[in-house]
Amino acid sequence: MKLYMKYFSIHLKSIMEYKSSFILTCIGQFLVSFNVFLGIHFMFQRFSSVEGFTYAEVLLCFSVTLMEFTLAEAVARGFDGFGSIVRNGEFDRILVRPRGEILQVLGSRIEFSRIGRILQAVVMFVYGVTVSQVKWNLPKVLTVILMLAGGTAVFSGLFLIYASICFFTLEGLEFMNIFTDGAREYGKYPVCIYGKRVLQLCTFVVPYALIQYYPLLNLLDRGKPFYSLLPLAACLFPVPCLLLWKIGVRHYTSSGS
Amino acid sequence: MITLEHVRKTYKVSKRDAGFSSAFKALFHKEYEYIHALNDVSFTILDGEMVGYIGPNGAGKSSTIKILSGILTPEEGICLVDGLIPWKNRIEYVRNIGVVFGQRSQLWWDVPVLDSFELLREIYRIPESTYRRNLEQLTNMLDLSQLLKTPVRQLSLGQRMRCEIAASLLHDPRILFLDEPTIGLDAVSKLAVRDFIRKLNQDKNTTVILTTHDMQDIEALTDRIILIGKGKILLDGTIDDIRKDYDSTEEALAAFYRSHQI
Amino acid sequence: MKSYRKYLAFFRLRFSVGLQYRTAALAGIVTQFVWGSMEVLMFRAFYRSDPGSFPMTLSATCSYVWLQQAFLALFMAWMMENEIFDSIVNGNIAYELCRPVNLYSMWYARSLANRFSKAVLRCLPILVFAFFVPAPYGLMLPESPGTFLLFLFTLFAGTGVTTAFCMLVYMVSFFTISPAGIRMVAVSVVEFFAGAVIPIPFFPNGVRRVFELLPFASMQNVPLRIYSGDLTGRAMLDAAALQLFWLAALVLLGRLLNALAMKKVTVQGG
Repeated sequence: MKLYMKYFSIHLKSIMEYKSSFILTCIGQFLVSFNVFLGIHFMFQRFSSVEGFTYAEVLLCFSVTLMEFTLAEAVARGFDGFGSIVRNGEFDRILVRPRGEILQVLGSRIEFSRIGRILQAVVMFVYGVTVSQVKWNLPKVLTVILMLAGGTAVFSGLFLIYASICFFTLEGLEFMNIFTDGAREYGKYPVCIYGKRVLQLCTFVVPYALIQYYPLLNLLDRGKPFYSLLPLAACLFPVPCLLLWKIGVRHYTSSGS
Repeated sequence: MITLEHVRKTYKVSKRDAGFSSAFKALFHKEYEYIHALNDVSFTILDGEMVGYIGPNGAGKSSTIKILSGILTPEEGICLVDGLIPWKNRIEYVRNIGVVFGQRSQLWWDVPVLDSFELLREIYRIPESTYRRNLEQLTNMLDLSQLLKTPVRQLSLGQRMRCEIAASLLHDPRILFLDEPTIGLDAVSKLAVRDFIRKLNQDKNTTVILTTHDMQDIEALTDRIILIGKGKILLDGTIDDIRKDYDSTEEALAAFYRSHQI
Repeated sequence: MKSYRKYLAFFRLRFSVGLQYRTAALAGIVTQFVWGSMEVLMFRAFYRSDPGSFPMTLSATCSYVWLQQAFLALFMAWMMENEIFDSIVNGNIAYELCRPVNLYSMWYARSLANRFSKAVLRCLPILVFAFFVPAPYGLMLPESPGTFLLFLFTLFAGTGVTTAFCMLVYMVSFFTISPAGIRMVAVSVVEFFAGAVIPIPFFPNGVRRVFELLPFASMQNVPLRIYSGDLTGRAMLDAAALQLFWLAALVLLGRLLNALAMKKVTVQGG
């Protein structure tokens, strides 16, 4: 943790060399995902509900998903630039240092301009929770916390998969966008609106529904009690991802590419 | 002590001819070619030795360095460094080595050099007193006092290389790998770097393994050279072994390469 | 005419480079197919909830979505060229100025070539797939050959407008310290107003009438709606004329900024 703080401060110092450019980029980042919100807003000017979910309910769903994704980004989006770390040999340097690889990779890429996005996610989250008309009580608050934890775990795991693939090929990574940016984009609506098949995929293959749809039902008093605990199962998602990463590192050290 | 015995490393490279039809075939069936980067390599290096590891491009130099620094796993053979196998227990092992890649930087581009050093102190968990002592020593020996407060992007190549070397030595490594440390440097910087390496070896008894294409580096620094070509050790001895009747080491080496068709 | 050949050569180069990265192209096609499917499923959900509020027919909406995915490379504002930004930021622009060509024309042609080569490589598989998706969720055939021709024409014009807008962003980059920030904001604005987030007909009527006059509506909105039969008759011709107007206006503005930028570069030495 101390090392991560050290990385943090060195990035901060680098950024301060280019202050005004940094601020503009922050503003840019803030505006970027605003579109998604506007999209929902205008759709609901026309439609009063979708598959039984009202505007307020969809907003809650969207804001929680956005928060989950943004938290994961803050932690693990360092893997985004991992292709270039492998390509330019920076990973060799990481391997000759006596610290864990993942920590070093994350430390080497910290994007401060994402503050803009985090800020936006916080604003959306507060707004979503306020307009949601949910009668808050302790179990519901805990459910939201579990959702955020599980969601961060799932998205972090996906970023880790993305990075692990870089060990084998640097081509075709665009495909992974479906699972990361795509999930954020389409996670704005409860997963069930996309139909039964998509819901099944999102339950058993990549557990988006466990951190979004099912616990959301509980918040809206429509689910079953155990739905609130499903995000805990989602917390296991990073385990196989970590395994893939280990295999990737082994492949790297045996092929030397 | 470094021991390599019968180390072998083979790369699998996918082969593809030009043209659309072969590209189409490659979609379904890939042909591979095997390249023997290291073919039965053995040598021993004692503590405190300074060794020049030379050979033409693609001979297997960097594969060897990568194996010795724990980045690469060979398929066959034994490699022991101070009783440890580099690629097993990587984290424990790399505490004891320092690596300088001449073509790549480990310093942070936009911040003063000292900040990078502080980060390394944290990465290697160097005790405060050791860090102070080493920093002071290195600052004196490499003449860094003016440079430490400067952002790396404003340093010249020679200044940067001096800082790179210092960065690799803050944690008191027993073995130092230098991969082309003088590449692209001007005459003054080259001399400074060589002087420093010699002193380091004498004062701290650090084992130094140096790869370079600059024969003057070799002449100035090392008594022993290990010459590798096509993945095999062709010579393990002194410069005089190849020097013979040639006017310069450069010519002697070129003649040696030619006679071995590498 | 000679310069035209030069740009064609550039297009061929890009195209063959693109062909080499088949895995990347395949991944892109799959990605866009999934993306399109999700979009279609989303509209289906809204349609089921309240078919009466749907401003286009469901099948027109689905065709819109598929075409949007197939021709993504033509209209996506974020597909700007990093090389150009880099050369502005690091001053390599000086080399470009040494060449005996007009900077604006050269970059414009390059961007067009880039977009078309990418689109040609990727659109066919998606279109074919989409044709086989059962109605009303798949891609339908256009109403008449005339509609199809006008679709093609407005497709080109729309690409021209998009590229001209990107050129404005490049040119503004000469005058700012943070091209990255400007670029992000510009991209968000385009996506929203062009109908990339939700198609323009889905906006409330008042908002929609304003949006349709903006240059952003002249990008993907016009060709995609002509193809899907949502724009017909007089409205169709008006929209096409408006496209040409915006194309001319944006190019003119871009050239003006280009001249100013060149003055700035030569005075300040980059």
